[in-house]
Amino acid sequence: MIITKQKDKKIILDYLKQDKAVFIAGCAQCAVVCKTGGEEEIAGMKEFLQKHDKTVTGTCMVDVPCHLVKTKKMFQQHRAEIDKADAILVMACGDGVQSIMEGTKGKKVHPALDTLFLGEVAPGGVFLQKCSLCAECVLDETGGLCPVTLCPKGLLNGPCGGAKEKKCEVNKDTDCVWIKIYERLDTLKQLDKMRKIQPARDNSKRLSPGKHTLGEK
Amino acid sequence: MSFKEKIKSGKFIITCEIAPPKGTNVDKALKEAEILKGKVDAINVTELQSSVMRLGSMVMSYLLKTKGFEPICQVAGRDRNRLALQSDLLSGYVLGLTNVLVLTGDHPQRGDHPQAKPVYDLDSIQILEAIKMLNSGVDMAGNGLDGKPDIFAGAVVNPGADPIGPEIIKMEKKISAGATFFQTQAVFDVEKFENFMKKIPHIKVPVLPSVILLKSPQMARYMNENVAGIEVPQALIKEMDCPDKNDRVKKSVEICARLIKGLKPFCRGVHIMPLGWENKVPLALDAAGL
Repeated sequence: MIITKQKDKKIILDYLKQDKAVFIAGCAQCAVVCKTGGEEEIAGMKEFLQKHDKTVTGTCMVDVPCHLVKTKKMFQQHRAEIDKADAILVMACGDGVQSIMEGTKGKKVHPALDTLFLGEVAPGGVFLQKCSLCAECVLDETGGLCPVTLCPKGLLNGPCGGAKEKKCEVNKDTDCVWIKIYERLDTLKQLDKMRKIQPARDNSKRLSPGKHTLGEK
Repeated sequence: MSFKEKIKSGKFIITCEIAPPKGTNVDKALKEAEILKGKVDAINVTELQSSVMRLGSMVMSYLLKTKGFEPICQVAGRDRNRLALQSDLLSGYVLGLTNVLVLTGDHPQRGDHPQAKPVYDLDSIQILEAIKMLNSGVDMAGNGLDGKPDIFAGAVVNPGADPIGPEIIKMEKKISAGATFFQTQAVFDVEKFENFMKKIPHIKVPVLPSVILLKSPQMARYMNENVAGIEVPQALIKEMDCPDKNDRVKKSVEICARLIKGLKPFCRGVHIMPLGWENKVPLALDAAGL
């Protein structure tokens, strides 16, 4: 799940300074769960923009904005509304904003959201980051807990020594993941995995922009 | 005798540390070092400790070297990637900085530039491995060097870590990666340190526990709240709580000397963190009988 958060509405209005007519695009996937780009949020944004003297030429909740081909097809149905708009306000993740720009043949787009991380949905409206998309998964070595993400220093070879009462030196509310990894590997009788020196990561595997082709090894 | 030779000789080692200034005025730090001349075997120069931006460890270490001191240049993984770290290690060596202490480095979030990008391209173990490679004449990519260094690398350990298991595993890995001495996080409890040493009878690499010159109960409480890995026991905070400031200095020296005396039978040396009270270090060493 891509976790998003709505930008401050003052910032959104500032983006739309030059634009009178706006088309709003949401996302039927992650942004629905994050309550940032579903039907309700699109309706709320429409009302807000109208209150601030904008004309909303149309709205659309894109099925899968991160699927370029599907997005292009979907926008054909909204061609007239989009043509009337000066810009599209996109209530989706950063990928959605860009695929909608491409899918509408370069229409001016504005992001309404900030994209935070790849996360999991926890109880109580909480989203937690567990994976950093690092391209070299180490979870087999660490008992299924990711130190690249859950340790703010991303250490691969054990704790930094700064924990107090098992809490991280950076955030007292967060457990030191290396202590948790140690305890878990101990339970699994796999502490030998922690004794192995992990080499420095190959950052060339994380070269931006990422590209992966089906069937590629 | 160099620091390396002293470590190898089995002699009881005394190291101390000074912090480079925030700014370009190095006079104070050099004066502080002057007080320690002849009293200590080597002086650590901290590197952006607590992630506070300051003058670099390498330049301050070099200045100390030119004035006849034996510096231990601290090298942290927080701010530099593997290109910069290896380059700086070579540069330092060319300037005569043969001793380094390798650390992970406090997270920028804890310092005065919390917006900084944390690097941590290499962790402390990977930096030690990189040094091992440089010393053998190749860089981390396996490319040959035209002139190789002979860097004497130490590392840190926190004997007060709880649980201690992961800390010991990491210590063992640091030794495999080339750590030839250890300086510890501040120790305030001799018994705890003794227990730690009893857990590592297989480790022969010299361990130098650190002792701090506590200035006041407030400082101790501040460190407990804000300094990673430090835990000053309440009993010591109470002991520091004397109404007269002169008594406080006496008390601080007394506690420091008592800790050194207590730790001496279990270690190969001590590391003193004066935190600005460099002029009290000779008093503490005298009182400890060193």
